[in-house]
Amino acid sequence: MQLPSLSELNLGLTVPALSLALWACILLVIDLFIPRDRKSVTAWLAAGGVVFAFIANLLVYRDPGVAFMGLFVADEFAGFLNIVVLLTAFIAILMSVDYLKRTGIERGEYYVLLLMTTSGIMFMNSANDLAVVFIALELLSIPLYVLAAFRAPEERSEEAGLKYFILGAFASAFFVFGAALIYGATGSSSLPVIVDAVGRALAGEGSSLLLLLMGSGLILAGLGFKVAVVPFHMWTPDVYEGAPTPVTAFMSVGAKVGGFAALLRILLVALPALTVAEGDAVAGWQTATWVVAALTLILGNIVAISQTNIKRLLAYSSIAHAGYVLMAVAAAGTPGVSDQATRAALIYLMAYMFTNLGAFAVAMAIEKDDGSGTSLDDFKGLGRSRPLLAAIMAVFMLSLTGIPLTAGFVGKWVVFQATIEAGLYTLAVIGVLTSVISAFYYVRVIVNMFLEDGEGDPAAAATPYVQWAIYLTFAGTLVLGIIPSLVTNLSGPVALAVASLVP
Amino acid sequence: MPTFDEFAPIGALLILSVVMVALITIISRLFGPYRPSLRKTAPYESGMKPIGPAVRRFPVRFYLIAVLFILFDIEVVFMLPWAVVFRQLGLFALIEMVIFIAILLVGYFYAWRKGALEWE
Repeated sequence: MQLPSLSELNLGLTVPALSLALWACILLVIDLFIPRDRKSVTAWLAAGGVVFAFIANLLVYRDPGVAFMGLFVADEFAGFLNIVVLLTAFIAILMSVDYLKRTGIERGEYYVLLLMTTSGIMFMNSANDLAVVFIALELLSIPLYVLAAFRAPEERSEEAGLKYFILGAFASAFFVFGAALIYGATGSSSLPVIVDAVGRALAGEGSSLLLLLMGSGLILAGLGFKVAVVPFHMWTPDVYEGAPTPVTAFMSVGAKVGGFAALLRILLVALPALTVAEGDAVAGWQTATWVVAALTLILGNIVAISQTNIKRLLAYSSIAHAGYVLMAVAAAGTPGVSDQATRAALIYLMAYMFTNLGAFAVAMAIEKDDGSGTSLDDFKGLGRSRPLLAAIMAVFMLSLTGIPLTAGFVGKWVVFQATIEAGLYTLAVIGVLTSVISAFYYVRVIVNMFLEDGEGDPAAAATPYVQWAIYLTFAGTLVLGIIPSLVTNLSGPVALAVASLVP
Repeated sequence: MPTFDEFAPIGALLILSVVMVALITIISRLFGPYRPSLRKTAPYESGMKPIGPAVRRFPVRFYLIAVLFILFDIEVVFMLPWAVVFRQLGLFALIEMVIFIAILLVGYFYAWRKGALEWE
């Protein structure tokens, strides 16, 4: 067996993801020597690690290559999603510092776990082998299980952690089984090698087509759980409601980015030619993603209407948004459209990141120290007591609906465009109609803030760092909405990112 | 189905194990004396007299010890095959193992400082 030399491993490319994992380990030890009342030091050290990874990522971004003998690929696709994830982690840390202190759950491990899950998502973005996808998936998930239960003696948080853990472990098993079937059918777990084997299987050499279809279906189920699309979404509202709010904010974006990154890479790099019958124009997984996307859009948006708690509402809203990204994934199944659709998915994820984190930050600002105060009624009168906060929340809600001049509009625009280009007209119509439905519950929050009178003082706890987080996400939402060419520009970073993925 | 041919030994093993277990159970039941008593049919509990139901409170410390045991037990499981092929792998394997153990040591140090190893 020929073993690689150190230079062949190309460790330089892995610095962004690896530095974060390493820093998490070091921080775990450093944190032991930080006194209990000064745990915010850990937060800033963690934020420093995220900034370092961000800069390293920008340096690696335009210099694509393969590391660890093809297991890890650092291309623009991964680089772009790393930017999204690292921004998410940074904003989540900003949101957490004061929140943890005032709710009395401040522990240094929180930030360590946050860094670990972030590095897991970054490995997911770069994974070029089914085995690496699985390990990254676990590195992403396990810290999130713990974080969901971080408000531990409280029952709802414990329930969230346990529920997420049991169902998540189950979903991981689905993924592994799917990966094993694909390995059995193709004889390789490396994504670029699988694509050749798929061609041979289709040509009738061996009877592994059934194995391939079953395997890709199981992988779709396993990753579908992580991104919370409809048949696999049951855990979402309970976990999002029970977990501490900054954790909810982080996992509503981070876990989705990781899941979609792996899904897109597996489907487009390994299985683009997997068709049900030889000679079909579109990929065999298009119908499956189509149906799942349609179900997700309809159920997520309609059930969100009846929610009375902002965290549950945003949970169903996040299910619905996973449906919009999945629309783009389905569109990517048509060969000529796959680069446009991938671009749409990436833009959507970035727009969703800013808007959703912002919405959670505002929800957190009016949440009380004991975790109550997240009902929609608590937004009543916010327009009078805190006009600026209410106005910003209104923009986030409009952006989630997809009103022009906000990031959400740009995201939906490109996704619908790709869906129509791919010829999935019914899906596009479902997407537009459910967007209209979603306006109902998003606008209700705005109505509560400005047109209804409330009692007491809502925004009790908009502490400085949370305000920074809100302003940061607000700026992101508006800048993306007003100057969409930043990301939709053909020669921009997204195009590069897509070019790296779609052959 | 040519693809499944490679799995034939596993399938044979599966069938064989089921048949063997069934055979042994049936034969011992047919030819051996069978005089059940309350003590004999009770679930085996390390040879002790079973006391009380299994669903009861255990000190959570046992759980912690169990987790730490698994952690360092698995470590040895990985080290054994590594030690067997160490000569062929050389320096590369040494570096890999040092990284692996360093990560474990971080966990060990953390558990130590947090007092997970103290019984009191």
